[in-house]
Amino acid sequence: MRLVKNLGYALGLPVLLVLLWWGYTLVSSNFYVPEPGEFVTTFADVWFGERFFDDVLPSIGRLLVGLALSILLGVVAGLVIGSVRWLRSLLEPVLEFFRAIPPPVLVPVLMLLIGVNDQMKVVVIVLGSVWPVLLNTIEGVRSVDPVMTETARSYGVDGWSRFVHLVIPAAGPQMMAGIRQALSIGLILMVISEMFASSSGLGFTIVQFQRSFAIPEMWSGIAVLGLIGVVLSFVFQRVERKVLAWYRGLKEVENAG
Amino acid sequence: MARTRAGRSWGPAALGALGILGFLATWEVLPLTGLVDPRYLPPASEVLAELGAQFLSAGFWLAVWQTVRAWFLGLLIAAAAAIVLGLVIGSSAVLRRATHTTIEFLRPIPSVALIPLAVLLFGVQLESTLLLVVYASFWQILIQVLYGVADVDTVAQNTARSFGLGRLARVRYVTWPTALPYVITGLRLGAAVALILAVTAQLVIGSPGLGREIALAQSGGAVSAMYAFVLTTGLLGVLINMAMRVLERRALAWHSSVRGEVAV
Amino acid sequence: MQAETGSSAMGGHGGPDRPATGPSAGGAAGTDKDVLLSVRGLQKIYPSEHGDVEAVRNLTFDLRRGELACLVGPSGSGKTTLLKCISGLMAPTSGEVLLGGRRVTGPPKDMAVVFQEYGRSLFPWMTVRENVELPLKNAKLPRNERRRLADEALAAVDLPHADKKYPWQLSGGMQQRVAIARAVAYQPKILLMDEPFAAVDAQTRADLEDLIRDVWHRMGVTVLFVTHDIDESVYLGERVIILSSSPTVVQEDLRIDLPDERDQLTTRGLPRFTELRGHVYEEIQRAKREAGTRV
Repeated sequence: MRLVKNLGYALGLPVLLVLLWWGYTLVSSNFYVPEPGEFVTTFADVWFGERFFDDVLPSIGRLLVGLALSILLGVVAGLVIGSVRWLRSLLEPVLEFFRAIPPPVLVPVLMLLIGVNDQMKVVVIVLGSVWPVLLNTIEGVRSVDPVMTETARSYGVDGWSRFVHLVIPAAGPQMMAGIRQALSIGLILMVISEMFASSSGLGFTIVQFQRSFAIPEMWSGIAVLGLIGVVLSFVFQRVERKVLAWYRGLKEVENAG
Repeated sequence: MARTRAGRSWGPAALGALGILGFLATWEVLPLTGLVDPRYLPPASEVLAELGAQFLSAGFWLAVWQTVRAWFLGLLIAAAAAIVLGLVIGSSAVLRRATHTTIEFLRPIPSVALIPLAVLLFGVQLESTLLLVVYASFWQILIQVLYGVADVDTVAQNTARSFGLGRLARVRYVTWPTALPYVITGLRLGAAVALILAVTAQLVIGSPGLGREIALAQSGGAVSAMYAFVLTTGLLGVLINMAMRVLERRALAWHSSVRGEVAV
Repeated sequence: MQAETGSSAMGGHGGPDRPATGPSAGGAAGTDKDVLLSVRGLQKIYPSEHGDVEAVRNLTFDLRRGELACLVGPSGSGKTTLLKCISGLMAPTSGEVLLGGRRVTGPPKDMAVVFQEYGRSLFPWMTVRENVELPLKNAKLPRNERRRLADEALAAVDLPHADKKYPWQLSGGMQQRVAIARAVAYQPKILLMDEPFAAVDAQTRADLEDLIRDVWHRMGVTVLFVTHDIDESVYLGERVIILSSSPTVVQEDLRIDLPDERDQLTTRGLPRFTELRGHVYEEIQRAKREAGTRV
């Protein structure tokens, strides 16, 4: 019975919305709103074929490579800069300024500097999504509890050991928050770089559909982007749950007390 | 680092200024040495001069105004909708559970996916920009409002109820003050996202504003102008960030707890 | 400053010299080899916007091997500063600290510190066992050795089954015991404790006090115990070093001649206990009165 109830809550509203959608298409023939049935068949036609390998996979590949690089770069640089006080003071204003620049603006700039190719798209993703990781890591390193730092010092836990056992776990929550932001920025940049400056890829394909008024196809493309976003978010949450289990437990105890 | 009597607070600010100068110096030198093609990355002095010239141009300020207007309107609409919906959904366990999957599914959809739709519906007008800005900021603020309402102390709620306070009164005296810090955090996050989407929409769709100016400058070969506009968006971002932080401090000066940034 | 064996109240008394009436001052004379910790002329000056602040003027005392000494003083008497200098976490402005004859310039290997804020000293991302084993792992001890020492330490603090838990799942008193276990497992020659029971309720504090004496007896470790609780200092210590207010010097060095077998109920009921604690109390009051009058 409980299972049915949970399923009801989970699926109730979505099903209701789909029904409303279907009802709407029955009574009015709005050009911009395809019927649910048509939508599903179009989706399968468009994406489960060649296009999957020609456009979808390369786009996702660039996204993942870009994200991996930006996380690596952001964490490593963040750990270093966060640990060296004068370096942090020196770089912080410049970094904060770079972070404030809306990342998609980098696309035309990098088009000039690098040209229109795969490298440019990956670099755009890296340059745009590194900031939240970098700045959050710096903040995380900076706000390590001084009592813990002294404890580590007093037991001779220094250097590499200190990083692995103290700094990185302590900065973990901040880092993960930064990585989450990086994921959504990366996805935006992947789409933009392909809409603005490309002849292949997901973003380009969707814009093509829009330009040729292939409405159901366009919607299916939007749905694919949505799915990618949802999957990324889901995977991230699973990883976060595991890595930060201790943090959640700690907060639960703190909030209860 | 000089340690004078009053010197403790000097150091970081001076270093920060030094960092900015260093960055500008590097930018100046890099194109001049030929490591980077000066056609595609003009030296800092050229770009700054161009920026200065732009400050005197009415068209520039018009673009700035259009960007700020889109940002503000979008944020306003998103905030109104998110706060109302957040309070309603958050106050009812049934509604929360019923909407959970829908929210978790719609939320990660990148708003830039709606660009084709916006173009179809509104073309290159302000409304296109607003569609994107509102969609993106809405979720940021909604999530925070939901956190805020969830944080409300049940003891306080029950006390209020036992004193005969109706639903609306309870929202006003119990729920809202508790949720306020979260709302402010949501506004800060939403404001940042709103700027990004506003400029992005203008960039890709061509609706009026700084984003469009950047695209035009790039395709028209006015490289220094393009960089000048890029800098402007950064400055705008910094200003908005600072303004939101001031707002946060002011509005929450009385609030004892300081929420960590981590729960995003 | 002569190197003296045992410990006696060295110079730097503010106010008139007091004859050694009442409880005898200083410890029994032993050979130099007996001295484990030597604090000589420790001075700490903090620079500030309004002029330099001399927190600690002259601290000089010795600790013999295996001794349990308590450090008390009024608030603002630089107890924490002293502990940080001794543990090598802070450099003194002048003077020196010798551990086993060697100068302390950074946290020395044979020393373990237990801080007051146990909640912020244990790492929340590690289990109790991982926390206790961390210093040993860092010292490159082999795994079996680590396990054994951790097991023994946890048993000594009466937490044999807590090893897989996280610190935040435990109560305050238990967390502090874990911190003590971590220090004990490290097998230091000297244990420094900085008001470790200040943030714990009275009942738990009594248990922890007995735990410390128990651990001290079994391990034969030297203990320097800093506290603001007068009763605690007399109950625990073989010796109570009383500090003056800032700029701090050793005001008195008191031998506690209570029996070695101590018990919360009986010991605290002894007339001698009351005498000693009364004397310490008076001295602290005197220190507070003289604050600000000393140049």
